[in-house]
Amino acid sequence: MPTFTFDGQPIPFRPGQSVGAALIAAGIYSWRVTRVDARPRGLFCGIGVCFDCLVTIDGAPNQRACRAPAADGISVTTQRGTGHDDLAV
Amino acid sequence: MARVVVVGAGMVGAACAYSLARDGHEVTVVDRGPVGGGTTSRGEGNILVSDKSAGPELALALRSVELWRRIAERLGADTLEWEPKGGLVVATTDETLGALREFATQQAAAGVSCEPVEPGDLSGYEPNLAPDLPGGVFYPGDQQVQPVRATAALLYAARIDGATVRHGVEVLGVRTRSDGQVWSVECRVDGAVVEIDADAVVNATGTWAGDVSARIGAPVPVLPRRGFILVTEPLPRVVRHKVYTADYVSNVASGAAGLETSVVVEGTRGGTVLIGASRERVGFDTTISYAVVRTMAAQAVRIFPFLDRVSLLRVYTGFRPYCPDHLPVIGADSRIGGVYHACGHEGAGIGLAPATGEMIADLVSGRSTFVPAEPFSPDRFVFEAA
Repeated sequence: MPTFTFDGQPIPFRPGQSVGAALIAAGIYSWRVTRVDARPRGLFCGIGVCFDCLVTIDGAPNQRACRAPAADGISVTTQRGTGHDDLAV
Repeated sequence: MARVVVVGAGMVGAACAYSLARDGHEVTVVDRGPVGGGTTSRGEGNILVSDKSAGPELALALRSVELWRRIAERLGADTLEWEPKGGLVVATTDETLGALREFATQQAAAGVSCEPVEPGDLSGYEPNLAPDLPGGVFYPGDQQVQPVRATAALLYAARIDGATVRHGVEVLGVRTRSDGQVWSVECRVDGAVVEIDADAVVNATGTWAGDVSARIGAPVPVLPRRGFILVTEPLPRVVRHKVYTADYVSNVASGAAGLETSVVVEGTRGGTVLIGASRERVGFDTTISYAVVRTMAAQAVRIFPFLDRVSLLRVYTGFRPYCPDHLPVIGADSRIGGVYHACGHEGAGIGLAPATGEMIADLVSGRSTFVPAEPFSPDRFVFEAA
């Protein structure tokens, strides 16, 4: 079975699954913390509308886990805040 | 005290209602739509002195920044999301830097506080700026508000002073007495025609002021000038001030109908960064032009290179109330006694609103105005047509 990593942990997936679906299947429900109060977030609408399930994939923040296709070897990491803290002045 | 109907619940109408109600007039604000539903909600909340050349509009802007400061003190800066952040105007070429510095020298003579910024000092103001810009000018007087919140706050304060705000009211015309003075405002409400008694009517309908002034029987020329604003995903604080390129000033002053773009970038309390500004005269066409959006994005990346790593969430469009001579129309209309205009502020309506409201209240109350009102008089169009 192909796998990607989530915060370093291998996550198996079936071809065609989204990153979000694979994470849920692996028992992981939260992969982002909010900007203001650092509250946990995962899938909410699951269909690309609500932007709640944002995650960082291969270093690019703000990807919708429900829309991003899982791919072998990609690195998915928990997103904190905007995902752009390096730009703060 | 006069019974005053203010037509338009946008930024300018709210500021008029605020000043008129404080004077003790019996104020009714009417709008066919919601609070700030027109151009008020389509801009960035700019309160700028930096883009105005010496002259009547600058005098109005300088008065307005002082009044915004007082409003923020009275109603609460957080309520308005009022931020006295200052503006940084940057040049992208040596030629535009020369023109910008000369422009600033004239502004300084007219009372604008501004300081030249050398290229090596730009990053002290804005660390994310492109490192190769030739220089700029900093204007500490520029401010920002969240315009819809500011409009709602001014209307709320006006209501505490006795004003009434009515939505779903479309103005059809005014009725006059035998001596030519305004008697009432004729409106359509829920399909029925109703009259609101009035001694004075203030046309504060922004981009729609041309149509409304014609209905009233005192037409003034106000035309739509379309603009797009690009909205990024939420970011940490990445831009400290209002930052724009020197081309913006010449674009604002231009009368061309064709597309003109310049870069205006600012952060918001909510974390999104707003990117303007385009100007084109294409009527009320709301179609988003992706070619224009691409041009604006590329120009913004030129001065803030980090933006090429940032996604846009959306683009919105609006229509500035453009007046052919680039001055707002503020004052009594000599054709019908009791009709006042407060419209045609183009892209500066948020910034100029408090001084406009103060001027209307001074005129309605029969006082002399703080800023000389004559250059803004609607009569400049009346006599032109005659």
